[in-house]
Formats: sequence, C-alpha cells, structure tokens
Amino acid sequence: MDLNNLTIEAARSAVQDRTTTAVALAEEHYARIQKEDGQIGAFLTLSKERALEQADRMDFMAAEGKPLPPLGGVPVGIKDVMSTRGVRTTAGSKILDKYVPPCDCTAVTRMEAAGAVVLGKMNCDEFAMGSSNENSAFRPVRNPRDLNRVPGGSSGGSAAAVAADMAVVTLGSDTGGSVRQPASFCGVVGLMPTYGRVSRYGLIAFASSLDHIGPLAKTVKDAAIVLRTIAGRDPMDSTSADVPVPDYVAELDKPVRGLKLGVAKEYFGEGLDDEVRHAVEGAIDKFNSLGCEIVPVSLPHTPYAVPTYYLIATAEASSNLARYDGVRYSHRARGAKTLSDMYRRSRDQGFGAEVKRRIMLGTYALSAGYYDAYYLKAQKVRTLLTRDFDEAFRKVDAIVTPTSPTAAFRLGEKSNDPLAMYLADIYTVTASLAGIPGISVPCGETREKLPIGLQILGKHFGEATILRVAHAYEQAA
Amino acid sequence: MRDSTRSRITLKVTEQDVAYVADLANLELTAEERTGMLGDLNSILDYVDRLNELDTSDVPPMAQVSDRYGVDESKQCSERFAYASRDDIPEGLRKSLPHEVALENAPDSDGTFFLVPKVIER
Repeated sequence: MDLNNLTIEAARSAVQDRTTTAVALAEEHYARIQKEDGQIGAFLTLSKERALEQADRMDFMAAEGKPLPPLGGVPVGIKDVMSTRGVRTTAGSKILDKYVPPCDCTAVTRMEAAGAVVLGKMNCDEFAMGSSNENSAFRPVRNPRDLNRVPGGSSGGSAAAVAADMAVVTLGSDTGGSVRQPASFCGVVGLMPTYGRVSRYGLIAFASSLDHIGPLAKTVKDAAIVLRTIAGRDPMDSTSADVPVPDYVAELDKPVRGLKLGVAKEYFGEGLDDEVRHAVEGAIDKFNSLGCEIVPVSLPHTPYAVPTYYLIATAEASSNLARYDGVRYSHRARGAKTLSDMYRRSRDQGFGAEVKRRIMLGTYALSAGYYDAYYLKAQKVRTLLTRDFDEAFRKVDAIVTPTSPTAAFRLGEKSNDPLAMYLADIYTVTASLAGIPGISVPCGETREKLPIGLQILGKHFGEATILRVAHAYEQAA
Repeated sequence: MRDSTRSRITLKVTEQDVAYVADLANLELTAEERTGMLGDLNSILDYVDRLNELDTSDVPPMAQVSDRYGVDESKQCSERFAYASRDDIPEGLRKSLPHEVALENAPDSDGTFFLVPKVIER
C-alpha cells in the first residue's frame, strides 16, 4: 500500500478489513527502510523478528474477525533511549553499543499492548544530548527534506523516519526540545506531554526532572492516539502522575472559537529568522480568523531559560551518567590494572565529546563551593520561569510561539560551537523547565522548501487543549 | 535587579579546575580534550553568569515539577506526595531479575559475581 501520508487509522483499518496484512505492511516499511535509510540514517537497529511476530498476532486477530486494538498492525519506531527487552538499546552511545536490556520501557509495553509493530530503534544524539543529531556515536541523521541539513535533535531519527514514511509514528524523548525541534525541522508533528503524564520507566535517564517521552507523527490526530495509549500512572515510576487520562482523540473536534491564545513578545525577538517569524504570524492570523482571541502575554524570564536549562540538565546528567562504570553492563576498557583506572578508561573511551562536556559542566556546577552559585541559582530561576507561565495561563488557554528560531541548519554549521548549538533550544527549554506540555505542528516552509514549526504550549495536563488547537490549525492550514 | 554576590561569582575555570572536576567525574581526558574543555567551560559559564542579573533571594528553588501537582498541601513532608506511594509488599513490587539475566550484559563475570580489577593495591 502507499506509505506516503499513511496514518494510524488508515493502517489499522487496512489490516482490520484485510485489504492488507500487518506482516505485509511491516515488510513494505522494511523495504522502504532498505531503500531510503542508507542516506538518511534514521534507524540504528531493526527488530524484524519481534515486529513480524507481533504483526502475525494482529493478522490472526483480524482473520478471526476480532476488533484490533487502536494501534493494531501499525508500524512504529522507538528512539534508542527507550529500553526494549532483547533488542539492543544504545542511547546513541558507544558505551552501550552491546547493551541488550532485560526489560521493556513502559511506553513501549503500552504501545505493543495496543497492537503496535515495533520496526526498530531510532538514531539519536548520544544520551539525547544535542540539537542536531550530529552527536550520535554511530552516524549523523540527515534531514529527508534536504540531505545536507540536520533533522534536529535529539530525536532526529524518530522525526526523519516519520517524515520519510519509514514508520507511521515514532516515540521520541524531549528534555529541552528533543521531540518538538526535530518535528519542526522535518515537517512532522511532535508532542511533549506534561512532566509525569507518561511513565519514564525504562527510559535511559538524561536529566530526570526534565525527561519526557512523546510521539512524533504525521498528523495531530495520530499524536493524540499515541498519547492516549502511553499516558497514565505507572507504579514503576513514582513521578508518573495519578491524573485521569482524557480521550484526547474525542476532544480534537471541539470548536476552538472563543479560546484565548497568548502571544509573548519574548519569543519574537533578536535571533528569530524573518521567514519563521512571517510563518508564525500567519498562523496567528489564521487562529484569529478561526475565532480565537489573540491576547498579548508576558513571559519576562524567557531570556534566562537557556542558561538555567544547561545548568540543571547537565547537573542531573552528571549524576545519572555516573552509573556507566564498565562493571555491570556498559563498555569496559581492556587492560586496566586497578578499578579506578578501569572506570576512567572505560568512560574516556565510551563517551563522546558532548557527553563529556556536559558531565564536566554538571559536575562543576554541583561541586563544593559552586553549588549555590550555579545549581541552586538555576533552580531558583526555574521557579521564576514557571511562575511566568502560571501568570500567563491565568489569562489564556494556550500560548503560540515559533518552535525554533530557524529552519533546519546545515550539517557541521554549529557543531564546533556548543553555545550556538544550545541557543537552538531557546524557545523549547522554557516548557521543559516548567513541566508544561508543548506541541510542534508544521506551519509552512521557507523559500528553500524547509519546514517551519509552530509551537503551542498549554497548562499542566492541558494536552487536550493544545492538541485541539493544533488540530484546528492543521485542518485549516 | 542587583545581586550583591555577583562580584564573587565572576570566576574563571583554570586548568587545575578542569583536572579536579575530571577527577570527580571519573574521567581522564587527553591533553587535547582538557584544552578544549577549558575553553568550552569558560565560555558556557560566562554565558550562564547572566542569571546573576536576577535577584532570587526570596525565591524558593524548584527541584521537581511534580512538587506542583498532585500534592496535598494540608499534609507535611512525604505525606504530601501520598499519590506517589503504594502499600508495602514484603516481597517487593516484582521479582528481582534472575541471576543469569542480571549478569548477561556484564563485561566480565564468573557466573555468580561481576568481576573487576583489583580494588586495593598491595
């Protein structure tokens, strides 16, 4: 069947009514991966045996006339920071290049319980640290829309696979923009749910107070279907919230007329590309014509978000990554004479440059004498950033911004300047720090035919509203 | 917005600091990596210094987003996070990994223990 623009419902219906089989659909995706992925690099590992077994189960159900679950037979990809039992999981790092997890990530378990067929594991920046996917220890991912450009990061493989129709949907993880920014660069939909909405059990930790799992999809409706599948309390993650999961799909078609949408000038300042500004302003006009009320809001601490994020995220990462010591499951250097020597040499060999840089920055920010000045200071500013949103959401239902200040940049363009790379996250780190949900939805193209993303931010647990707003825009655009 | 501590925080990372922090982080780093790190850390820390433009003396730190939902404000300490707790199960929430599964990814083991180089020099 035609994989271009194939959605969850179209794929599931075709398997249900026997127009095709789940096995054939998986094989067609593998054929496409075989043909396209050599130049794109979205997949790190294929899990063909597991995929075909699951597809077979779905075909058996369909043949018996049983109703398939919501993702029955739908081919999906999983970012390689999510554990998959028996399938190699690297986090894009050499230090885990032979690691085969003994358990599944809860989000993956829930996807498979809903009938999804896991095609394989998606390439990403090492330990999800990066904004261009150039930090993958295996190979960079290229943007399917222009192979000389980056797909964004860190969920670059997840975004590129959906954009190139090598998977119907994928799961990514978002710590500072890692789902939304690649979605924007590749012209797909990417959702970061509220912190705690989706269990992090089995997700290889980068920064525990900031890590979120979320879908990348071709349509807003598909993102809603996946969120409905993976959301909800999980006893294996004590930070997963015990908050009821609404039917996000049923809420999509509610009218947006009368909704108040905030526009913050802090997201339209210096550094914003003119074409991106123009596209986002066009989207705001579109919302106006759909009957939404556009309300100016102020988020005054926005300029402090990137430094705050890079202190907190690196501090947490330096602690989380201490576990890679070459003893239980990660790479071990050969020939070390003492335990301490083994730790150091294993970590030196296993970690890439950006990961070392962040471990060093985070360790420094937590070290005696600097803790108050850096880490504690950043935690206080995090409170201020969150209060900005609390204040704004007293007046509006959602806030619209650009997802990224520019469209996809060229490979190598920022890779030698860490600070320039960090500033690519300027519009996404705010929501990560506040723990509010955000979605990126395609909003036109530049003259060079590169996708532009519109970001819609919501209140804590306000996914239904931002999905509805994004859906209304997608239908009207 | 002024911050009286600003003057004390305009430090720069030195080569000795890089060596000290690498040691804390269990990294060795090559001479070349150390030089690169010195430049990168200084430029990043210069940039984050802008946080000192903000007076945060009366602002509480925020460690967790989940502090902000689900908490029962009328309770104290961990009771406030009752939603995240569960009843004690003597044998644990689930069975531990079988021994051989837990050792499967080990770089070196004797089937019972993880093996590592000598811990104490004699």
